[in-house]
Amino acid sequence: MTSIRLVKDELRPPGPPSRRHLLSIADLERDDVERLLGAARTFAASLDRELKKLPTLKGRLVVNLFYESSTRTSSSFELAAKRLSADTMTLKSAGSSVDKGESLKDTALTLGAYDPDVIVIRHPHIGAPQLVADVTGAHIVNAGDGTHQHPTQALLDLYTLQQELGRLEGLHVAIVGDILHSRVARSLVQAFKLVGVRCTLVGPPALLPRGLDAEMTTDIDAIRAADVVYVLRMQNERMEAGANYVPSLREYAARWGITPERLRPGQKVMHPGPMNRGVEIDPRVADSADSLVETQVRSGLVVRMAVLYDVLTGGPVGVRALAAAEVA
Amino acid sequence: MLHVKERTGENLVLRGARVVDPTEGIDRTHDVRIDNGVIAAVAEQVDTNEHRVVDATGLVLAPAFVDPHVHLRTPGREDEETIATGTAAAAAGGFCAILAMPNTNPVIDSAATLGALVETARREAEVQVGFLAAITRRQHGEELTEMAELADAGAVAFSDDGVPVASAGLMRRALQYSSVTGRQLALHCEESSLTHGSHVHEGAVSAELGFAGYPSVAESLMVERDLALAAYENQPLHLLHLSAAESVAALRRAREAGVRASGEVTPHHLVLTDDAVRSLDANVKMNPPLRAERDRAALLDALRDGTIEAIATDHAPHARHEKEAPFEAAPFGVTGLETAFAVLYTRLVRSGLLPLATLVERMSTGPARIFGLDRPRVAVGATANLVLLDLDREWQVRADGFRSRSTNSWLLGETLTGEIALTIVSGATAYIR
Repeated sequence: MTSIRLVKDELRPPGPPSRRHLLSIADLERDDVERLLGAARTFAASLDRELKKLPTLKGRLVVNLFYESSTRTSSSFELAAKRLSADTMTLKSAGSSVDKGESLKDTALTLGAYDPDVIVIRHPHIGAPQLVADVTGAHIVNAGDGTHQHPTQALLDLYTLQQELGRLEGLHVAIVGDILHSRVARSLVQAFKLVGVRCTLVGPPALLPRGLDAEMTTDIDAIRAADVVYVLRMQNERMEAGANYVPSLREYAARWGITPERLRPGQKVMHPGPMNRGVEIDPRVADSADSLVETQVRSGLVVRMAVLYDVLTGGPVGVRALAAAEVA
Repeated sequence: MLHVKERTGENLVLRGARVVDPTEGIDRTHDVRIDNGVIAAVAEQVDTNEHRVVDATGLVLAPAFVDPHVHLRTPGREDEETIATGTAAAAAGGFCAILAMPNTNPVIDSAATLGALVETARREAEVQVGFLAAITRRQHGEELTEMAELADAGAVAFSDDGVPVASAGLMRRALQYSSVTGRQLALHCEESSLTHGSHVHEGAVSAELGFAGYPSVAESLMVERDLALAAYENQPLHLLHLSAAESVAALRRAREAGVRASGEVTPHHLVLTDDAVRSLDANVKMNPPLRAERDRAALLDALRDGTIEAIATDHAPHARHEKEAPFEAAPFGVTGLETAFAVLYTRLVRSGLLPLATLVERMSTGPARIFGLDRPRVAVGATANLVLLDLDREWQVRADGFRSRSTNSWLLGETLTGEIALTIVSGATAYIR
C-alpha cells in the first residue's frame, strides 16, 4: 500500500519516526489521490443516511489551528472531524497567546502537550505546517500556508470534477486570475498533473509566476477551449495602489473577468471562494446552473473526512473500511 | 588597521608538513621553524633550537585564511555573537584575520563607536579583526559618514552591507571621496524595488513553492550601475557576496576594461542552488539568495580564473528562536566561519572542481590583497599566520560543536572532510583541535 510520504528535510539529521502528513500535493502519488477520492466517495454515501455520525475516529483529538480567517476550510474540517466522532478543538490566532507574540513553535509545543492526533493548520507563512510537524508528534494537515499550498482544496476540486464530469483523465481546465499569489493554483497544477488533467493558466502578465512549469497565457480567449473554467479570487489586499500588478481592478474585470459572454454554453465554472462578484466573476456566472461552487463546498466536507481518516489510519478504504468503522 | 589581543610570539617547529603557499610558489614537504612568533626557517630539515616540535607529517601547512566579510553582531546583538566568540570561531576555521561589517546596532558610523570596538578587540579578539564603517549615517542612504575621520580611527573599508546604497548620486559622492580616505567601498548590490518582500531566487523553485522572487537582475543591475560609476570616477570598488551569472559577467567585462573592481563569493553560493530551498529550512535563507545551477557554475568559473579573487563567508549569526520560524518569517543569513574550508575542500577540491592551491589563495592572499592587508605567507621573516590542515579527517557538523554563539549553519548534520588542526595567529597558537 502506498502512503502519503513524509516530507524529508535532507539538510537536517533524521527526525522522529515517520508520521503521515498532508503538507503538499507534491508529496503525493497518483495512487494516494485515488485512494483519498475513493474514501471520500465512501464517506459521501454515509452522509446520505439519517444518522450521519460515524464512530471511526472516536477518542481521537483533532486540533484546528487557524492563523488566517477562513469560513469554508475551518468549518468543513471541524464538521469532518465531528462526523467521524473525533474530539475537536479550534484555535484562532485572534484571542490566543499568538496575540501576545507567542511564536509558532511555542504555540505548537503547547498544543503538542495535549497529544493531539491531528493538527490542521492554516498560516500566512510558507512552511509553517512543516515547522509544526518538526516540533510535535501529531499528524499535520496543511489547510493553507501562505502562497504555497492548499492541498485539501485541490483534492476537493478533483473530487468535484470527477462527480460532475464523470472523469478526470483528459479533462482540460483553465485557471484564471492571480496565479502568482494563489496557493490553490499551485496545489491544483500539481494535482492536475498527477491525474492527467490538462491545465492552462490565464491571467495578467505580472500575476503569472515566472518559471512555473505549466501552460500559461495572458489571452482570456484561451478559456474557451477548456471544459471547465476555474476562477481565482483577486486578492484585494495584494492589489493595493502602487503594487501595479494590474492598473486597476476595474481594468482587470474588463479584461479578465469571467462573464457569460466569455463562456461557451454549458461550460462549467468553479471558484474556491470567497468570491468578489463583479471583479473576477460576473454575478450572472456565479449564480448560473453551470457554477459548481456549492458542489465544491459539499465536496470539502467528505474530502476532509477522507484526509483525516487517511492520515490517522493509513488503512484500507472502501466498503471494508466503512464496515469496519460501523463495527468499531 | 587590524586588532588582536596581546600575545607572546611562540617558539615552535612544525615538522614534515606539506607546505602549500601558491603565492610563494611552494608545494612540497618542509619543516618550518618559528622563533618568537616569526618564521625563521623553511627548509627540508631545520634545527629545532630546543623549540616545541609539532609532528605535522601527513598534514598541509598553508597561509592562514582571511575572511573579508563577517558579522560580529557587536554592539547590539551580543546574544548572537561577540568579538570573543566570533573570533574564536574564526580561529577554529583556520582564519588569522577577519573583517567585520558595520550593520550593528548602533551602526558603526562614527569614530566614537568604532573606537569602542577597537578597544574591545584589543582585549578579546582571538584573531586579527578589522572593522568596516558605514558609507552613510545609520545606513539610511542619505548622508555620507565622516569617512576621513573614520579612516583615521581605523576603518579598513566602507560598506552599507545589508542594504544597498540606493541613490546613484550618493554612490558617486562616496566614490569621489574614497580618493581622500584611501579606503575601498564594499558594496551590497541590490535594486530594492525589484526585491520587495522577496525571500528566494526568482525561478522555477520560487514559482513552484509560491515565494515572492528575488530576481538575478536585481543584483546585476546594481552591479552594472556601480561599475559604471567606478569607471567614470576612476575609483576602485569591491563587490560583496556575488550570486548571479550576469553580475559575474559584468565584473569580468569591467576588469578587462581596466576598472579596479574586485569581487567575493560565499561557500554557500558555490555549493548550493535554490533547489535547497525545497527543504523550507530557514538555514538556507540568505541575502542574496541561492540561485540556479548556471549561476553557481559561473561563480565557480570566476573563482577559478581569478575574476573573483576572494572567498567570504558572510558569517551571519542569528538567534536560534529567530531561525526556528517559518521560512518567510526567519531572518536572512547563515554562519560559515567554522565550516568554510571543510565544505569547499569536500565539495570542490575533492571532487576535482577546484585545485587546493586555488582554494588556499582565494581564502588568504586574495582577500588580503583586495583590502591592502599584510598577506599571510609561509616565508622567512614573516609573522607566523599559519594553518595546519588535516585533509583526510572526516568530521560531523553539530550544533554543539561551534565556538560561534549561533548555530544557524546550513551544514548541520553533514559529514565533511578536512579539519583544521592548528591555527597560528600573529605568532601564537590561537586554535588547536
